[in-house]
Amino acid sequence: MNGVVLKERTGQVYEKGAGPFKLQCNLDSLPGAVSQRACVFCGSRVVLYPITDALHLIHGPIGCAVYTWDIRGALSSDRELHRFSFSTDLREKDVIFGGEKKLEAALLELIERYNPEAAFVYSTCIVGIIGDDIGAVCKRVSKKTGIKCIPVQSEGFKGNKRAGYEAACRALINLIGDGDIEGISPFSVNILGDFNLAGEIWIIKDYYRRMGIEVVSTITGDGRVKDISRAHGAKLNVVQCSGATLALAKMMKEKYGIPYIRVSYFGVDDMADALYRVADFFKDRQIMENTKALINDELNKLYPALKEFRRELAGKRAAIYVGGAFKAFSLIKAFRLLGMKVVLVGSQTGTKEDYEELEAITDPGTIIVDDSNPLELSEFLKEKKVDIFVGGVKERPIAYKLGIGFCDHNHERKEALEGFIGMYNFAKEVYSTVMSPVWRFVPRKEG
Amino acid sequence: MKQYVSTTNACKLCRPIGACLAFRGVEGAVPFLHGSQGCATYMRRYIISHFGEPIDIASSALGEKHAVFGGGPNLKQGIINVIKKYEPSLIGVATTCLTETIGDDVSMMLDEFKREFLADADSPILINTSTPSYAGTHMEGFRGATRSIVEKLAQHRLTSAEEKRVNLLPGFLSPQDIRYLKELSRDFELPLTILPDLSETLDAPILLEYPKIPAGGTPIDAIRDMGSACASIEFGRTVSDELSAALYLRERFGVQDFRIGTPIGIRESDRFFSLLEKISGKKTPSFHREERDRLIDAMVDGHKYVFGKKVVVYGEEDLVVGITSFLAEIGARPVLCATGGKSGRFKSAIKSVVDGILRDLPEIREDVDFWEIEELTRQLEPDLIMGHSKGYKISRALGIPLIRIGFPIHDRIGGQRILHIGYRGAQMLFDRVANAIIAKKQRDSDIGYGYF
Repeated sequence: MNGVVLKERTGQVYEKGAGPFKLQCNLDSLPGAVSQRACVFCGSRVVLYPITDALHLIHGPIGCAVYTWDIRGALSSDRELHRFSFSTDLREKDVIFGGEKKLEAALLELIERYNPEAAFVYSTCIVGIIGDDIGAVCKRVSKKTGIKCIPVQSEGFKGNKRAGYEAACRALINLIGDGDIEGISPFSVNILGDFNLAGEIWIIKDYYRRMGIEVVSTITGDGRVKDISRAHGAKLNVVQCSGATLALAKMMKEKYGIPYIRVSYFGVDDMADALYRVADFFKDRQIMENTKALINDELNKLYPALKEFRRELAGKRAAIYVGGAFKAFSLIKAFRLLGMKVVLVGSQTGTKEDYEELEAITDPGTIIVDDSNPLELSEFLKEKKVDIFVGGVKERPIAYKLGIGFCDHNHERKEALEGFIGMYNFAKEVYSTVMSPVWRFVPRKEG
Repeated sequence: MKQYVSTTNACKLCRPIGACLAFRGVEGAVPFLHGSQGCATYMRRYIISHFGEPIDIASSALGEKHAVFGGGPNLKQGIINVIKKYEPSLIGVATTCLTETIGDDVSMMLDEFKREFLADADSPILINTSTPSYAGTHMEGFRGATRSIVEKLAQHRLTSAEEKRVNLLPGFLSPQDIRYLKELSRDFELPLTILPDLSETLDAPILLEYPKIPAGGTPIDAIRDMGSACASIEFGRTVSDELSAALYLRERFGVQDFRIGTPIGIRESDRFFSLLEKISGKKTPSFHREERDRLIDAMVDGHKYVFGKKVVVYGEEDLVVGITSFLAEIGARPVLCATGGKSGRFKSAIKSVVDGILRDLPEIREDVDFWEIEELTRQLEPDLIMGHSKGYKISRALGIPLIRIGFPIHDRIGGQRILHIGYRGAQMLFDRVANAIIAKKQRDSDIGYGYF
């Protein structure tokens, strides 16, 4: 396995059982290593994108806007401003003379055209270099229009995706605190770090409704500026995902004293655990009873169906490579529930704690990898005789080219994978790729 | 039309992605972006969603301190790592807005690097191309990289094939288009060097091993021989002189150049076939003549369905020019020809391909986005839209069928298998256009009907 890993990267690959656990992470990507990672801008865009009634204006040359145009499956129950791709489309003369005037004109024009509830202005690599003061422009336009314009300091080269999450959180905190919080229930939460891919937040909101809990705001999936402005009125922040909005939860704790818990809505155990922990927090008998009833009800529906899938899938081998490590924890448990074995797990941006947790919950022999690349991943898939690979768009052709099944667990997906129904959808998707007859015809199986 | 300054839903891509695609069409090459990591990752993702193929684009992965002190060290380390892991025969380095603006002199850095590390004769070739993403579109990136490859490698070497070898510079066509060109090369017994050649590198078969670099692409030796070819054919009526590899080969080596339109539709294909006849000294093989005859026969059968139908066309300039030519020929009425490009040659190219057929010129717009295309489409009320996937939103909003062509197609399978060129390509386009119109008519009918 070491043959394929660049010397500088050997500390970022570990096979469980081969010596004491030590994994390097949080490093800059190695030049020339073909990392699967994106950039700071990407991190910010991911987090803020699902706010559907805000304008998202990208200040830079066209590429950054083009490659992030409506690629995510974040659904809206109302306006769909987020699905546009606005850019100042900087040209040569803007780079030479500065782009502030163009930015201001663009903001004014778009605000007039779409009347958004707020506007986010994203800075890109080049803006960081030419030094346009997007903060000053935002301030001027806010004053002129009465629309809150918020700069997002997301220059691509200023760190990795994780730094982008933080830039987004620093932008988001500006939205919170203005709204009227009168009449918010004592049993109330904000949902943080869920992006409403394939409508997942609607599933989760329905669970909270059945528990008797009010959801004040969803940050950021199916997000509304007005709801987010009232977020400080909620009693608890429920944060999911590998830290995308954790920084915001911490800021809100400091500023408004709102406690937070970290959860995952993927898989049966984690989903149930999330709901129980929220119920626990409120120490209310009725809520706890509602929660128990809800979970029993859902599991009674789910288990018979899962048993069918498990019959065929048991013993198959799975590999996981995802953006954030938190998602990987739930995936490992979900595969176990299907009787499958995880033999490779990795992420683009895991932290030390994340990887320690992964080491603790995986079986001996499992490869754990940070910030991997196509050559490594393809080698690991082969070496571990994987039946199914879970990842995003960039991982998909690696699996398919080798004749291996694949499950999309990314921001583009059109199937809801959260909640109890999500576990069913996940099992079905795994089943539909692993059991496809197509693998009879690929060279891997013919040989 | 309202004055506007922002771009809403662009009808173009940035310059570096075009360069990456062109480099991907050279045998043994690895595209390398000099900039921050995000660019390479985004472009890979974008290309994957059209081709369904892996594409490894390396990056110098610049961070904050490199933006201040220069990206040289990362560029060099990145190249070393690519050589170690990919063993490429060529690395194509394209710049980004970041490295263009901080003023990294990539040519100089690569020269230094070669002196320091690449003394061996079998060391990989390093080629760089300047692709500031704030100037031009992906097509300038594509053409510019193609020209950089030719400038770097083409020589005048006397070979026995000198009399007959022809350079073909097709521009950004689909792998299926390139495969068709190879078929013509065989049928005319005319050896073609097609640069770049994406037909295998971005449409590869399923494999047993993950290849470090996908097989296929224009062989480097063949590129070296381009200076001794008997002629060059370059597709695209909007290619500027500075970006034309065919012009370079004429000026530098005296290779005769034929710069013609992308052969989409009958008349542009006729021009191409008669050029092949002229250069090869062979008549068009009967099989291809029959394809032309069958195409005309089909056009007669279907002419009433398409006659007068209004069509909006958008995309990269040369493709739009070709499709417009085809639409005019079949009796449809292109009402809007739109592109995000800005070569300055788009209008005159459209005018010349519809000359003698269209009574009224379509609206011709360059440097537009989909906001403007949508506004115009609402006014023009076309029967059909032709272009890549990004027009889906308009098509859905207005209930007008969209025929997907070009790049990117990422809401359908098989973008890489669309044939746009030649008589066969025109046949496929004609069937799709006619059937889309018939299907719409059936759908809109109160009673529905089983026969035409």
